[in-house]
Amino acid sequence: MPDFTKGEEKDIRDTIAWAQINGDVLRSLSKPRFAFWALFTFALCLFSIGVACEVYQWRRGLGVANFDNPHVWGLYISTFIFWIGMSHSGTLLSAILHIIHADWRKPIYRFAEAMTTFSLMTAGLFVLIHLGRLWKFYYSLPYPSERMLWPNFQSPLLWDAIAIFTYLTSSILFLYVGAIPDFAICRDNATGWRKHFYSMLSLGWMGTDRQWRSFRVTYLTIACFLIPLAVSVHSIVASDFAMSQQPGWHVTSFPPYFVAGALYSGCAAIITLFIVLRYTFRFEEYMTMPILDKVGRLTFAIAMVWTYLNFVEYASVWYGDDMYAKDLLIQKATGPYSPFWWGMNFCGSVVPLLLLSKSVRGSPTAMMIVSLLLNLGMWLERWMIVAPTFSHGYYPWSMDHDQWPGFVQWGIVLGSFGWFGLLFMLFCKLVPSVSMYEVKEMVYHRTLAQRHAREA
Amino acid sequence: MSTIRILGLFDDFDAAAHSIREVRDGHFPALKMDDVTIKSPIEHPDVEELLGDRPAPIRKYTFAGSILGGVLGFLFLASSQGNFFAQHKGGKPIIPLPPDLVLTYELLILGGVYITVLGFLICAGLPARMRSDLYNIKISEDQIGVMVKSDAHTVAEIKKIFERHHALSIAEEVIE
Repeated sequence: MPDFTKGEEKDIRDTIAWAQINGDVLRSLSKPRFAFWALFTFALCLFSIGVACEVYQWRRGLGVANFDNPHVWGLYISTFIFWIGMSHSGTLLSAILHIIHADWRKPIYRFAEAMTTFSLMTAGLFVLIHLGRLWKFYYSLPYPSERMLWPNFQSPLLWDAIAIFTYLTSSILFLYVGAIPDFAICRDNATGWRKHFYSMLSLGWMGTDRQWRSFRVTYLTIACFLIPLAVSVHSIVASDFAMSQQPGWHVTSFPPYFVAGALYSGCAAIITLFIVLRYTFRFEEYMTMPILDKVGRLTFAIAMVWTYLNFVEYASVWYGDDMYAKDLLIQKATGPYSPFWWGMNFCGSVVPLLLLSKSVRGSPTAMMIVSLLLNLGMWLERWMIVAPTFSHGYYPWSMDHDQWPGFVQWGIVLGSFGWFGLLFMLFCKLVPSVSMYEVKEMVYHRTLAQRHAREA
Repeated sequence: MSTIRILGLFDDFDAAAHSIREVRDGHFPALKMDDVTIKSPIEHPDVEELLGDRPAPIRKYTFAGSILGGVLGFLFLASSQGNFFAQHKGGKPIIPLPPDLVLTYELLILGGVYITVLGFLICAGLPARMRSDLYNIKISEDQIGVMVKSDAHTVAEIKKIFERHHALSIAEEVIE
């Protein structure tokens, strides 16, 4: 039996027929396993809980979420950062790995791109939800106002709005443009309303050389734009904290720390959804164990970068001259938030060491558990950035002001996972979650390389 | 004389490439190589060598979009800030450059991406009406199409070439 961890097994079987690729992927749009509907129902239930909590909060005010002064962000902004971080998965797999010609990304980049788009759509909701009065959102728009509410262009919060809008629309365009050839395949094989739907989305794509050439240049160009954009988005989110004077937030290394954390949580989520899709849509032929092994190695590398930056942050606070920041660090490690802070360090820095084991990387069940723990760690990281600082500020009245989030906050956080799950499941049912033309390219180029090797 | 379009379908890139080379080397007086089109499920690896350089000027759109996005973005921000005359700035500049540069950077990317996609649609001829072109659904699956537009005599010769290279099917249509 070949050992894929030594590169003996191929990322994808290169004898697979192109027609079979179409057939397998198109089947996923119509006949998923029962698990798909079970997950869809579960996501719908979570989403319903979130909606109910939001309606309750809307009617009664933010107090029901257990917000008070200084705890004004709570889980909402923690989860906002978590989802923004998750959005870096698509950029990593689609843009960065595309530019460095890592062709093993081809069977799995489409769902990672979808994750980017839906994560951003989920993150954006929290910006609205944390305001409490949703209907007053337009107050923050930049126009001369008789209410004397002026948007502050020096505030990273406004930069956030523009950066996230740019990232969201660019990601949607990147996802859409990259899927046009696959929409054409769907159009050619569909009937009924799906035929009309895919005809509209494929824009009359016929695979001419002119179209392919334009497509290749466009895809590469948008990928080049997305990489600095993704870095800037999470740097700006980091600036929301780092540009303040609050202890624990005013840290120079926050932007790279946030970017590394984003790539890390994005990678972990890719592993989770890789395994879910592989089983649900019978994608064993495309989402292969050697590819999962590579994603596991990549996740481990990024986890170590994150761990390093985490220790840099601790060291700079410990050896620095800011007694409030040092006091906060001690409080994180020993105070009421300590189980979560240690949990974050354990899940974020110790659990990824399991990825060194070949048997862990070779087991979908083990990888699923590891990826969920990594994501838990990354979510705790965001919570441990937001909550302890609010509970241990400069002023006596804000010291030891611990606060446990109310059930409304927890409900809305769960609802966000449901919302993301619903969008993702619907996407997988309507759009091929494996890029058919890219897998064909992968198979073709590998076959061609073998032929050239034989001839040489 | 009427103009005819012919589409030959081939099993693989090699057969399609051989037939295109023979068409190109046939030196048909009425045929322009710009009227030869490859239709394929993935991009043909040797398309430039077969059909010559057919540049797609998308990067010009990208450049223009980025410049427009950056300049218009900065003007939008600066004019918004300039209108907030009633705001007390406490001695700080009305149009602060460092934060505006961050926002201009984002809007530069926004303009670049949007106009790149516009350039893609223009250069790729999309959206297109499929009824106006020869097409076979096997092209999106696993077959390679070679489409040539020319007069009836040349098309008859090209049809023979396609047959010599074992075209799986050949379709024709009169376009004018």
